[in-house]
Amino acid sequence: MLDVTKAPRDDDQPLLLAEGLSKSFGRLQACREVSFALYPGEVLAIVGESGSGKSTLLQLLSAQMAPNAGSVSYRMRDGVMRDLGALGEAERRFLFRTDWGFVHQDPAMGLRMAVSAGANVGERLMAVGHNHYGKIRQTAASWLERVEISVDRIDDAPKTYSGGMRQRLQIARNLVTEPRLVFMDEPTGGLDVSVQARLLDMMRTLVSELGLAAIVVTHDLAVARLLSHRVMVMQGGRVVETGLTDQVLDDPREPYTQLLVSSILPA
Amino acid sequence: MNAPTYNFAYLDEQTKRMIRRAILKAIAIPGYQVPFASREMPMPYGWGTGGVQVTAAILGTNDVLKVIDQGSDDTTNAISIRKFFEKTAGVVTTTSTADATVIQTRHRIPEAPLHAQQVLVYQVPIPEPLRYLEPRETETRRMHALGEYGLMHVKLYEDIARFGHIATAYAYPVKVNARYVMDPSPTPKFDNPKMDNCPALQLFGAGREKRIYAIPPYTSVVSLDFEDHPFTRYKHDACCALCDSGDSYLDEIVTDNKGSRMFVCSDTDYCETRQSQGHRGSENAAPYAESKHA
Ligand SMILES: Nc1ncnc2c1ncn2[C@@H]1O[C@H](COP(=O)(O)OP(=O)(O)OP(=O)(O)O)[C@@H](O)[C@H]1O
Ligand SMILES: [Mg+2]
Ligand SMILES: [Zn+2]
Repeated sequence: MLDVTKAPRDDDQPLLLAEGLSKSFGRLQACREVSFALYPGEVLAIVGESGSGKSTLLQLLSAQMAPNAGSVSYRMRDGVMRDLGALGEAERRFLFRTDWGFVHQDPAMGLRMAVSAGANVGERLMAVGHNHYGKIRQTAASWLERVEISVDRIDDAPKTYSGGMRQRLQIARNLVTEPRLVFMDEPTGGLDVSVQARLLDMMRTLVSELGLAAIVVTHDLAVARLLSHRVMVMQGGRVVETGLTDQVLDDPREPYTQLLVSSILPA
Repeated sequence: MNAPTYNFAYLDEQTKRMIRRAILKAIAIPGYQVPFASREMPMPYGWGTGGVQVTAAILGTNDVLKVIDQGSDDTTNAISIRKFFEKTAGVVTTTSTADATVIQTRHRIPEAPLHAQQVLVYQVPIPEPLRYLEPRETETRRMHALGEYGLMHVKLYEDIARFGHIATAYAYPVKVNARYVMDPSPTPKFDNPKMDNCPALQLFGAGREKRIYAIPPYTSVVSLDFEDHPFTRYKHDACCALCDSGDSYLDEIVTDNKGSRMFVCSDTDYCETRQSQGHRGSENAAPYAESKHA
């Protein structure tokens, strides 16, 4: 295993375990033998230049894509470690909308743009059988508040929202079922710097308040520094360096990471 | 004698067998949409070609056929479908709900209770209840397969958020046999409770969309709702101006160019039967508009 001097954890049982994950597209090896463990409450950033395989790895980890080799296991709420590749589709989809969240760079991918904010947040609750309109709406309202969206916008569709608001709504929609693990692919990409800062601040607060574990793909090292306990640096589908965020970013050992950190490489 | 240029009930026997297989599968899996190879019929799609194909496949020489359109036996659509089967199958037709063995319908379920010897065939324009929020067919199929129906409640949620109540009045979604969510075709939600535990077989045919689905006799059909916004059966708060029925589904009719209106049963056979039994509404006793404004 990789680094052992990890960030906060309640116990020493991993929440998610990746072992020898590989994925190729034809002759292109997008992901090569990636192994690591993620612990409850831990935030891991995956950084690397464009095309290094970050998104591919995230797809593999969240069981949206099957690897050519290797496996991902996840500790279910009942404490049992399960191989995600062996889950049935129904179980996998259930996991995806209850115990997991997935925040897309493009909010249109993660939201129903023509449906009100309240229903966007309430959908996961309804999907798991909540059947009281008043309570669903109340829960949605309190989540809007938490992500700093004025409750009087609850009946407006996200297509009327700004980019930053959409992203915050997407986060609320994911967190309403109190997942233990959230995957994020460039959650701040495409936003203005000031909007990014506010979003990051909010995400940091939520992650620590909820004790969320997260895997955040980003090519913005500032995002990694603000949000993550640990960083994994990818190059050509391989993990070239991993460790505590501050350590890796302040004192990188690998030449590739040194280039990345000194911004010589376009991240 | 003129030799008929078509087979009994228009469709050839191969096609009817194919449709019957789809119907049998639909009956075996209540509420599940079974794909079938919909044929061109000598009428436009909007005219209920799905229903017509189902009717053609199940019709026998001894059947008595009734065709209704919005509750009426006398619209152009209903008359032309009735004539079509008179001509191609030579079956007896009727306007009486009680006498019919096969009833093809668009937008209504008759008021008179159906019985076990009957089949109700619905003409369906859009069979997929989830399409409103999820246009991808691959995704809606998966949702049905896995019984993921949260999206249906999203639609009802939107109704309440926007209008204060569940405003969906037609094609109100139901869950069949505690398994599949189904679109009951654009019948008014007033008719939904009639689908539940119904002694008659109910068949649904969507021609353009090439789908058949079914509710077998005595199957549970539950309208979706919220605990704090339960399903309600809406009708105009009035009695029929012709037969005085207080519990039939009413159409609002403008009676002159000054905007006078009256409410009458949408089910014309039901209304006429009641009138023939001596029931009289306001319009039959005294002019409706005057008595209302007096
Ligand atoms: N579905 C696919 N089919 C073929 N090749 C793919 C597919 N998805 C990704 N790739 C290739 O795999 C490699 C890794 O892509 P990936 O999207 O994982 O990179 P990334 O690190 O997320 O890049 P970016 O920062 O630009 O998002 C790239 O060369 C990409 O072109
Ligand atoms: Mg990417
Ligand atoms: Zn009447």
